[in-house]
Amino acid sequence: MPLTKRIIPCLDVKDGRTVKGVNFVNIRDAGDAVELAAFYAEQGADELVFLDITATNEKRKTLVDLVTKVAAAINIPFTVGGGISSVEDVSVLLNAGADKISINTAAIKRPELITEIAKQFGVQCTVLAVDAKFENDNWFVYLNGGRVATSMNAIEWMKQAIDLGAGEILLTSINHDGTKQGFANELIKEVESFSCVPVIASGGAGNMQHFADVFEAGADAALAASLFHYKEIAIPDLKMFLKDRNINVRV
Amino acid sequence: MKIVIIKYNAGNVCSVEFGLQRLGANAIVSDDVEEILSADKIIFPGVGAAGFAMDYLRERKLDEVIKNCKQLFLGICLGMQLLCKYSEENNTQCIGVFDECVKKFEGDIKVPQMGWNNIYDLRQSLFKDLNENEFVYFVHSYYVEKSNHTAATANYSLEYSAAIQKDNFYAVQFHPEKSGKTGERILKNFIEL
Repeated sequence: MPLTKRIIPCLDVKDGRTVKGVNFVNIRDAGDAVELAAFYAEQGADELVFLDITATNEKRKTLVDLVTKVAAAINIPFTVGGGISSVEDVSVLLNAGADKISINTAAIKRPELITEIAKQFGVQCTVLAVDAKFENDNWFVYLNGGRVATSMNAIEWMKQAIDLGAGEILLTSINHDGTKQGFANELIKEVESFSCVPVIASGGAGNMQHFADVFEAGADAALAASLFHYKEIAIPDLKMFLKDRNINVRV
Repeated sequence: MKIVIIKYNAGNVCSVEFGLQRLGANAIVSDDVEEILSADKIIFPGVGAAGFAMDYLRERKLDEVIKNCKQLFLGICLGMQLLCKYSEENNTQCIGVFDECVKKFEGDIKVPQMGWNNIYDLRQSLFKDLNENEFVYFVHSYYVEKSNHTAATANYSLEYSAAIQKDNFYAVQFHPEKSGKTGERILKNFIEL
Protein backbone atom coordinates (compact mmCIF):
# COMPACT_ATOMS: atom_id res chain seq x y z
CA MET A 1 0.00 0.00 0.00
CA PRO A 2 1.36 3.50 -0.74
CA LEU A 3 1.82 6.03 2.01
CA THR A 4 -1.36 7.65 3.17
CA LYS A 5 -2.12 11.23 2.19
CA ARG A 6 -1.70 13.45 5.21
CA ILE A 7 -4.14 16.02 6.61
CA ILE A 8 -2.28 18.75 8.45
CA PRO A 9 -3.89 21.50 10.49
CA CYS A 10 -1.66 24.53 10.68
CA LEU A 11 -1.38 26.49 13.90
CA ASP A 12 -0.26 30.00 13.06
CA VAL A 13 0.67 31.42 16.41
CA LYS A 14 1.36 34.80 17.83
CA ASP A 15 2.03 35.21 21.55
CA GLY A 16 0.89 31.64 22.24
CA ARG A 17 -2.50 32.03 20.57
CA THR A 18 -3.52 30.58 17.24
CA VAL A 19 -4.36 33.17 14.64
CA LYS A 20 -5.30 33.00 11.01
CA GLY A 21 -5.05 35.75 8.48
CA VAL A 22 -6.66 36.17 5.11
CA ASN A 23 -3.93 36.67 2.52
CA PHE A 24 -1.57 36.90 5.51
CA VAL A 25 -3.09 40.11 6.90
CA ASN A 26 -6.13 40.96 9.06
CA ILE A 27 -5.15 38.50 11.76
CA ARG A 28 -7.95 37.14 13.95
CA ASP A 29 -7.69 35.09 17.13
CA ALA A 30 -8.67 31.43 16.74
CA GLY A 31 -7.80 29.88 20.08
CA ASP A 32 -5.26 28.44 22.44
CA ALA A 33 -2.51 26.65 20.52
CA VAL A 34 -1.99 23.77 22.97
CA GLU A 35 -5.72 23.04 23.27
CA LEU A 36 -6.11 23.05 19.52
CA ALA A 37 -3.09 20.81 19.03
CA ALA A 38 -4.46 18.20 21.45
CA PHE A 39 -7.90 18.43 19.88
CA TYR A 40 -6.52 17.81 16.38
CA ALA A 41 -4.37 14.89 17.48
CA GLU A 42 -7.44 13.28 19.05
CA GLN A 43 -9.49 13.94 15.90
CA GLY A 44 -7.07 12.05 13.67
CA ALA A 45 -4.89 14.80 12.21
CA ASP A 46 -1.82 13.13 10.72
CA GLU A 47 0.59 15.86 11.67
CA LEU A 48 0.61 19.47 12.80
CA VAL A 49 2.48 22.51 11.60
CA PHE A 50 3.17 25.24 14.09
CA LEU A 51 4.28 28.56 12.64
CA ASP A 52 5.32 31.58 14.64
CA ILE A 53 4.12 33.96 11.98
CA THR A 54 5.58 37.08 13.49
CA ALA A 55 8.97 35.66 14.36
CA THR A 56 10.96 36.76 11.34
CA ASN A 57 9.30 40.10 11.07
CA GLU A 58 9.89 41.06 14.66
CA LYS A 59 13.30 39.34 14.83
CA ARG A 60 11.90 37.12 17.52
CA LYS A 61 12.78 33.48 18.10
CA THR A 62 9.99 30.92 18.05
CA LEU A 63 8.46 30.44 21.46
CA VAL A 64 10.34 27.43 22.71
CA ASP A 65 8.18 26.88 25.77
CA LEU A 66 5.05 26.73 23.67
CA VAL A 67 6.72 24.07 21.52
CA THR A 68 7.41 22.05 24.65
CA LYS A 69 3.81 22.34 25.81
CA VAL A 70 2.50 21.23 22.44
CA ALA A 71 4.95 18.32 22.34
CA ALA A 72 3.87 17.18 25.80
CA ALA A 73 0.21 17.25 24.80
CA ILE A 74 0.17 15.36 21.51
CA ASN A 75 1.12 11.93 20.15
CA ILE A 76 1.52 12.86 16.49
CA PRO A 77 4.43 14.58 14.76
CA PHE A 78 4.71 18.30 14.32
CA THR A 79 6.80 20.81 12.47
CA VAL A 80 7.87 24.17 13.84
CA GLY A 81 8.73 27.22 11.79
CA GLY A 82 9.20 30.95 12.15
CA GLY A 83 12.38 32.88 12.71
CA ILE A 84 14.74 29.90 12.42
CA SER A 85 18.04 31.14 11.08
CA SER A 86 20.78 28.86 12.40
CA VAL A 87 21.70 25.28 13.25
CA GLU A 88 21.60 26.37 16.90
CA ASP A 89 17.94 27.48 16.54
CA VAL A 90 17.12 24.08 15.07
CA SER A 91 18.86 22.26 17.89
CA VAL A 92 16.90 24.21 20.51
CA LEU A 93 13.56 23.49 18.83
CA LEU A 94 14.21 19.78 18.30
CA ASN A 95 15.29 19.51 21.92
CA ALA A 96 12.10 21.31 22.96
CA GLY A 97 10.03 18.63 21.28
CA ALA A 98 9.64 19.53 17.60
CA ASP A 99 9.97 16.69 15.10
CA LYS A 100 10.80 18.80 12.08
CA ILE A 101 11.63 22.40 11.50
CA SER A 102 10.67 24.59 8.63
CA ILE A 103 12.82 27.37 7.28
CA ASN A 104 11.89 30.04 4.82
CA THR A 105 13.43 33.52 4.80
CA ALA A 106 16.74 32.47 6.34
CA ALA A 107 17.23 29.80 3.66
CA ILE A 108 16.67 32.35 0.92
CA LYS A 109 19.20 34.70 2.47
CA ARG A 110 21.70 31.91 2.99
CA PRO A 111 20.87 28.70 1.09
CA GLU A 112 23.78 26.78 2.69
CA LEU A 113 21.71 26.76 5.88
CA ILE A 114 19.57 24.00 4.32
CA THR A 115 22.64 21.82 3.86
CA GLU A 116 23.96 22.56 7.34
CA ILE A 117 20.69 21.54 8.98
CA ALA A 118 20.26 18.45 6.80
CA LYS A 119 23.80 17.33 7.55
CA GLN A 120 23.50 17.64 11.28
CA PHE A 121 19.91 16.53 11.85
CA GLY A 122 19.02 14.66 8.65
CA VAL A 123 17.04 15.75 5.60
CA GLN A 124 13.92 14.23 7.13
CA CYS A 125 13.51 17.08 9.59
CA THR A 126 14.47 19.84 7.16
CA VAL A 127 11.32 21.36 5.69
CA LEU A 128 11.58 24.23 3.25
CA ALA A 129 8.58 26.56 3.39
CA VAL A 130 7.95 28.53 0.23
CA ASP A 131 5.43 31.35 -0.06
CA ALA A 132 4.79 31.75 -3.77
CA LYS A 133 2.77 34.30 -5.68
CA PHE A 134 1.73 34.07 -9.31
CA GLU A 135 2.48 37.30 -11.16
CA ASN A 136 3.24 37.94 -14.84
CA ASP A 137 3.01 34.25 -15.74
CA ASN A 138 5.54 33.16 -13.13
CA TRP A 139 5.56 31.99 -9.53
CA PHE A 140 7.74 34.30 -7.42
CA VAL A 141 9.09 33.73 -3.93
CA TYR A 142 7.91 36.05 -1.15
CA LEU A 143 9.65 36.62 2.18
CA ASN A 144 8.64 37.33 5.75
CA GLY A 145 5.26 35.66 5.76
CA GLY A 146 4.26 37.00 2.37
CA ARG A 147 5.11 40.61 3.04
CA VAL A 148 8.23 41.06 0.93
CA ALA A 149 8.46 40.35 -2.80
CA THR A 150 11.60 38.95 -4.43
CA SER A 151 12.65 38.41 -8.02
CA MET A 152 13.32 34.71 -7.32
CA ASN A 153 11.51 32.13 -9.40
CA ALA A 154 9.76 29.78 -6.96
CA ILE A 155 10.13 26.69 -9.16
CA GLU A 156 13.88 27.21 -9.57
CA TRP A 157 14.23 27.87 -5.85
CA MET A 158 12.48 24.63 -4.90
CA LYS A 159 14.71 22.63 -7.27
CA GLN A 160 17.81 24.23 -5.78
CA ALA A 161 16.62 23.69 -2.20
CA ILE A 162 15.95 19.99 -2.82
CA ASP A 163 19.49 19.64 -4.18
CA LEU A 164 20.79 21.40 -1.07
CA GLY A 165 19.07 18.93 1.25
CA ALA A 166 15.47 20.02 1.87
CA GLY A 167 13.54 16.87 2.82
CA GLU A 168 10.05 18.26 2.36
CA ILE A 169 8.45 21.30 0.74
CA LEU A 170 5.64 23.24 2.38
CA LEU A 171 4.26 25.22 -0.51
CA THR A 172 1.81 28.05 0.08
CA SER A 173 0.18 29.92 -2.74
CA ILE A 174 -0.33 33.48 -1.60
CA ASN A 175 -2.90 33.93 -4.37
CA HIS A 176 -5.02 31.12 -2.95
CA ASP A 177 -4.37 31.51 0.78
CA GLY A 178 -7.48 32.53 2.67
CA THR A 179 -9.71 32.54 -0.41
CA LYS A 180 -11.39 29.14 0.20
CA GLN A 181 -11.53 28.64 -3.58
CA GLY A 182 -9.32 25.53 -3.67
CA PHE A 183 -5.59 24.81 -3.62
CA ALA A 184 -3.16 25.85 -6.37
CA ASN A 185 -3.54 22.50 -8.14
CA GLU A 186 -1.63 23.45 -11.28
CA LEU A 187 1.34 24.60 -9.23
CA ILE A 188 1.25 21.39 -7.18
CA LYS A 189 1.16 19.33 -10.38
CA GLU A 190 4.20 21.16 -11.70
CA VAL A 191 6.19 20.75 -8.49
CA GLU A 192 5.23 17.09 -8.18
CA SER A 193 6.61 16.52 -11.68
CA PHE A 194 10.16 17.11 -10.46
CA SER A 195 10.13 16.82 -6.67
CA CYS A 196 11.74 13.74 -5.17
CA VAL A 197 10.64 14.87 -1.69
CA PRO A 198 7.12 15.14 -0.23
CA VAL A 199 5.12 18.27 -0.97
CA ILE A 200 2.58 19.77 1.42
CA ALA A 201 0.02 21.93 -0.37
CA SER A 202 -1.11 24.98 1.53
CA GLY A 203 -3.50 27.82 0.88
CA GLY A 204 -7.05 27.87 -0.44
CA ALA A 205 -8.90 24.94 1.18
CA GLY A 206 -12.60 25.74 1.38
CA ASN A 207 -14.38 22.38 1.23
CA MET A 208 -13.72 18.64 1.27
CA GLN A 209 -13.63 18.35 -2.51
CA HIS A 210 -10.69 20.78 -2.56
CA PHE A 211 -8.64 18.22 -0.59
CA ALA A 212 -9.59 15.43 -3.01
CA ASP A 213 -8.59 17.70 -5.91
CA VAL A 214 -5.16 18.57 -4.53
CA PHE A 215 -4.39 14.94 -3.67
CA GLU A 216 -5.35 13.99 -7.21
CA ALA A 217 -2.96 16.70 -8.41
CA GLY A 218 -0.27 14.76 -6.56
CA ALA A 219 0.18 16.51 -3.21
CA ASP A 220 1.48 14.25 -0.45
CA ALA A 221 -0.19 16.27 2.26
CA ALA A 222 -2.64 19.14 2.49
CA LEU A 223 -2.57 21.85 5.08
CA ALA A 224 -5.34 24.12 6.26
CA ALA A 225 -5.98 26.37 9.20
CA SER A 226 -9.16 28.41 9.55
CA LEU A 227 -11.31 25.68 8.04
CA PHE A 228 -10.37 23.44 10.96
CA HIS A 229 -10.05 26.14 13.61
CA TYR A 230 -13.56 27.42 12.99
CA LYS A 231 -14.86 23.83 12.78
CA GLU A 232 -16.17 24.25 9.25
CA ILE A 233 -14.78 20.80 8.44
CA ALA A 234 -14.20 18.03 10.99
CA ILE A 235 -11.16 15.88 10.27
CA PRO A 236 -12.96 12.50 10.72
CA ASP A 237 -15.61 13.58 8.18
CA LEU A 238 -12.93 14.76 5.76
CA LYS A 239 -11.08 11.46 6.01
CA MET A 240 -14.23 9.44 5.38
CA PHE A 241 -15.00 11.66 2.38
CA LEU A 242 -11.52 11.02 0.96
CA LYS A 243 -11.63 7.31 1.70
CA ASP A 244 -14.95 7.00 -0.13
CA ARG A 245 -13.16 8.49 -3.14
CA ASN A 246 -10.41 5.86 -2.94
CA ILE A 247 -7.82 8.26 -1.62
CA ASN A 248 -5.54 6.43 0.80
CA VAL A 249 -5.87 8.01 4.24
CA ARG A 250 -5.32 6.84 7.80
CA VAL A 251 -8.68 6.27 9.47
CA MET B 1 11.36 0.52 37.28
CA LYS B 2 14.07 2.77 36.01
CA ILE B 3 13.96 3.72 32.34
CA VAL B 4 16.85 5.66 30.84
CA ILE B 5 16.64 7.41 27.49
CA ILE B 6 20.09 7.73 25.98
CA LYS B 7 20.84 11.33 25.18
CA TYR B 8 23.01 12.06 22.20
CA ASN B 9 23.64 14.80 19.77
CA ALA B 10 20.96 13.83 17.29
CA GLY B 11 17.54 15.21 17.68
CA ASN B 12 14.48 14.68 19.59
CA VAL B 13 14.88 12.71 22.82
CA CYS B 14 12.25 14.68 24.67
CA SER B 15 9.38 13.54 22.44
CA VAL B 16 10.07 10.00 23.68
CA GLU B 17 10.21 11.28 27.25
CA PHE B 18 6.83 12.97 26.76
CA GLY B 19 5.44 9.82 25.18
CA LEU B 20 6.40 7.82 28.27
CA GLN B 21 5.01 10.51 30.58
CA ARG B 22 1.65 10.31 28.85
CA LEU B 23 1.67 6.61 29.78
CA GLY B 24 2.51 7.45 33.38
CA ALA B 25 6.12 6.25 33.13
CA ASN B 26 8.97 8.54 34.03
CA ALA B 27 12.32 8.28 32.36
CA ILE B 28 15.74 9.77 32.91
CA VAL B 29 17.50 11.32 29.94
CA SER B 30 21.24 10.79 30.20
CA ASP B 31 24.50 10.13 28.40
CA ASP B 32 26.21 9.09 31.64
CA VAL B 33 27.50 5.53 31.43
CA GLU B 34 26.76 4.60 35.05
CA GLU B 35 23.27 6.02 34.85
CA ILE B 36 22.61 4.03 31.68
CA LEU B 37 23.99 0.81 33.13
CA SER B 38 21.87 1.16 36.27
CA ALA B 39 18.64 1.24 34.23
CA ASP B 40 16.09 -1.57 34.06
CA LYS B 41 15.17 -0.58 30.54
CA ILE B 42 16.93 1.56 28.00
CA ILE B 43 15.48 3.53 25.12
CA PHE B 44 17.72 4.73 22.31
CA PRO B 45 15.76 7.19 20.18
CA GLY B 46 16.94 9.23 17.28
CA VAL B 47 16.30 11.77 14.64
CA GLY B 48 19.32 12.71 12.65
CA ALA B 49 22.26 11.67 10.59
CA ALA B 50 24.17 8.46 11.26
CA GLY B 51 27.69 9.91 10.94
CA PHE B 52 27.24 12.69 13.49
CA ALA B 53 25.43 10.40 15.89
CA MET B 54 28.12 7.70 15.80
CA ASP B 55 30.89 10.28 16.31
CA TYR B 56 29.12 11.53 19.42
CA LEU B 57 28.58 8.01 20.77
CA ARG B 58 32.18 6.98 20.11
CA GLU B 59 33.63 10.06 21.80
CA ARG B 60 31.79 9.02 24.96
CA LYS B 61 32.42 5.29 24.42
CA LEU B 62 28.66 4.81 24.43
CA ASP B 63 28.88 2.54 21.38
CA GLU B 64 30.59 -0.16 23.46
CA VAL B 65 28.25 0.42 26.40
CA ILE B 66 25.21 -0.07 24.19
CA LYS B 67 26.60 -3.15 22.50
CA ASN B 68 27.13 -4.84 25.85
CA CYS B 69 23.80 -3.90 27.43
CA LYS B 70 21.96 -6.77 29.05
CA GLN B 71 18.81 -4.79 29.82
CA LEU B 72 15.72 -4.70 27.65
CA PHE B 73 16.67 -2.18 25.01
CA LEU B 74 14.49 -0.31 22.50
CA GLY B 75 16.03 1.47 19.53
CA ILE B 76 13.81 3.92 17.67
CA CYS B 77 14.32 5.14 14.07
CA LEU B 78 17.95 6.23 13.81
CA GLY B 79 18.44 4.33 17.07
CA MET B 80 17.43 1.15 15.23
CA GLN B 81 19.74 1.88 12.31
CA LEU B 82 22.71 2.58 14.59
CA LEU B 83 22.25 -0.85 16.20
CA CYS B 84 23.05 -2.39 12.82
CA LYS B 85 26.51 -3.09 11.45
CA TYR B 86 26.85 -0.46 8.77
CA SER B 87 24.85 2.42 7.30
CA GLU B 88 25.11 3.84 3.82
CA GLU B 89 24.29 7.22 5.41
CA ASN B 90 27.62 9.07 5.63
CA ASN B 91 29.28 5.67 5.00
CA THR B 92 29.11 4.91 8.72
CA GLN B 93 30.30 1.91 10.72
CA CYS B 94 27.61 1.47 13.38
CA ILE B 95 27.31 -0.35 16.70
CA GLY B 96 26.83 -3.85 15.28
CA VAL B 97 24.36 -5.51 17.63
CA PHE B 98 22.62 -6.66 14.45
CA ASP B 99 24.55 -7.89 11.40
CA GLU B 100 22.17 -6.20 8.99
CA CYS B 101 23.15 -3.22 6.83
CA VAL B 102 21.21 0.01 6.48
CA LYS B 103 20.51 1.00 2.88
CA LYS B 104 19.15 4.06 1.15
CA PHE B 105 15.73 3.92 -0.50
CA GLU B 106 16.21 4.01 -4.26
CA GLY B 107 13.99 4.18 -7.29
CA ASP B 108 10.88 6.02 -8.29
CA ILE B 109 9.70 6.92 -4.80
CA LYS B 110 9.94 9.96 -2.61
CA VAL B 111 12.75 9.95 -0.11
CA PRO B 112 12.49 10.36 2.84
CA GLN B 113 9.47 8.19 3.37
CA MET B 114 7.49 10.62 5.46
CA GLY B 115 4.10 9.70 6.81
CA TRP B 116 1.80 6.94 7.98
CA ASN B 117 2.30 3.45 6.63
CA ASN B 118 0.96 0.10 7.78
CA ILE B 119 2.97 -2.65 9.47
CA TYR B 120 2.31 -6.37 9.16
CA ASP B 121 3.65 -9.83 9.95
CA LEU B 122 3.89 -8.65 13.55
CA ARG B 123 5.98 -11.24 15.32
CA GLN B 124 6.90 -10.49 18.87
CA SER B 125 5.69 -9.32 22.20
CA LEU B 126 6.23 -5.67 21.38
CA PHE B 127 3.14 -5.89 19.17
CA LYS B 128 0.87 -7.60 21.66
CA ASP B 129 -2.81 -6.69 21.23
CA LEU B 130 -2.19 -4.92 17.94
CA ASN B 131 -3.96 -5.77 14.71
CA GLU B 132 -2.11 -6.44 11.49
CA ASN B 133 -1.85 -3.44 9.16
CA GLU B 134 -2.23 -0.71 11.73
CA PHE B 135 -0.74 2.64 10.77
CA VAL B 136 2.40 4.05 12.35
CA TYR B 137 4.44 7.14 11.56
CA PHE B 138 7.66 6.79 9.60
CA VAL B 139 10.24 9.42 8.72
CA HIS B 140 13.35 7.95 7.16
CA SER B 141 15.52 7.82 4.06
CA TYR B 142 17.35 4.62 4.95
CA TYR B 143 15.98 1.20 5.82
CA VAL B 144 17.04 -2.07 7.38
CA GLU B 145 16.70 -5.09 5.10
CA LYS B 146 14.45 -7.98 5.95
CA SER B 147 16.20 -10.81 7.77
CA ASN B 148 15.51 -13.51 10.30
CA HIS B 149 15.52 -10.75 12.94
CA THR B 150 12.58 -8.95 11.29
CA ALA B 151 9.77 -8.56 13.81
CA ALA B 152 7.45 -6.37 11.72
CA THR B 153 7.42 -5.60 8.02
CA ALA B 154 6.51 -2.50 6.05
CA ASN B 155 6.48 -1.87 2.33
CA TYR B 156 7.79 1.24 0.64
CA SER B 157 8.69 0.22 -2.91
CA LEU B 158 10.15 -2.88 -1.29
CA GLU B 159 9.57 -4.84 1.89
CA TYR B 160 11.87 -3.90 4.73
CA SER B 161 12.13 -4.33 8.48
CA ALA B 162 9.76 -2.04 10.36
CA ALA B 163 11.05 -3.72 13.53
CA ILE B 164 13.83 -6.12 14.43
CA GLN B 165 14.61 -8.11 17.54
CA LYS B 166 17.46 -10.17 18.87
CA ASP B 167 17.79 -11.28 22.50
CA ASN B 168 17.22 -8.21 24.71
CA PHE B 169 17.46 -5.77 21.79
CA TYR B 170 14.24 -4.51 20.24
CA ALA B 171 14.16 -1.83 17.60
CA VAL B 172 11.54 -0.09 15.49
CA GLN B 173 12.00 2.05 12.40
CA PHE B 174 8.86 4.09 12.99
CA HIS B 175 8.22 6.53 15.82
CA PRO B 176 5.94 4.93 18.42
CA GLU B 177 5.95 8.18 20.40
CA LYS B 178 4.40 9.89 17.37
CA SER B 179 2.13 7.12 16.15
CA GLY B 180 -1.07 8.00 17.99
CA LYS B 181 -2.85 5.30 19.98
CA THR B 182 -1.11 2.48 18.10
CA GLY B 183 2.28 3.85 19.06
CA GLU B 184 1.20 4.31 22.66
CA ARG B 185 0.27 0.63 22.81
CA ILE B 186 3.71 -0.36 21.51
CA LEU B 187 5.50 1.80 24.08
CA LYS B 188 3.24 0.39 26.78
CA ASN B 189 4.10 -3.13 25.65
CA PHE B 190 7.79 -2.32 25.95
CA ILE B 191 7.30 -0.91 29.45
CA GLU B 192 5.42 -4.09 30.42
CA LEU B 193 7.86 -6.57 28.85
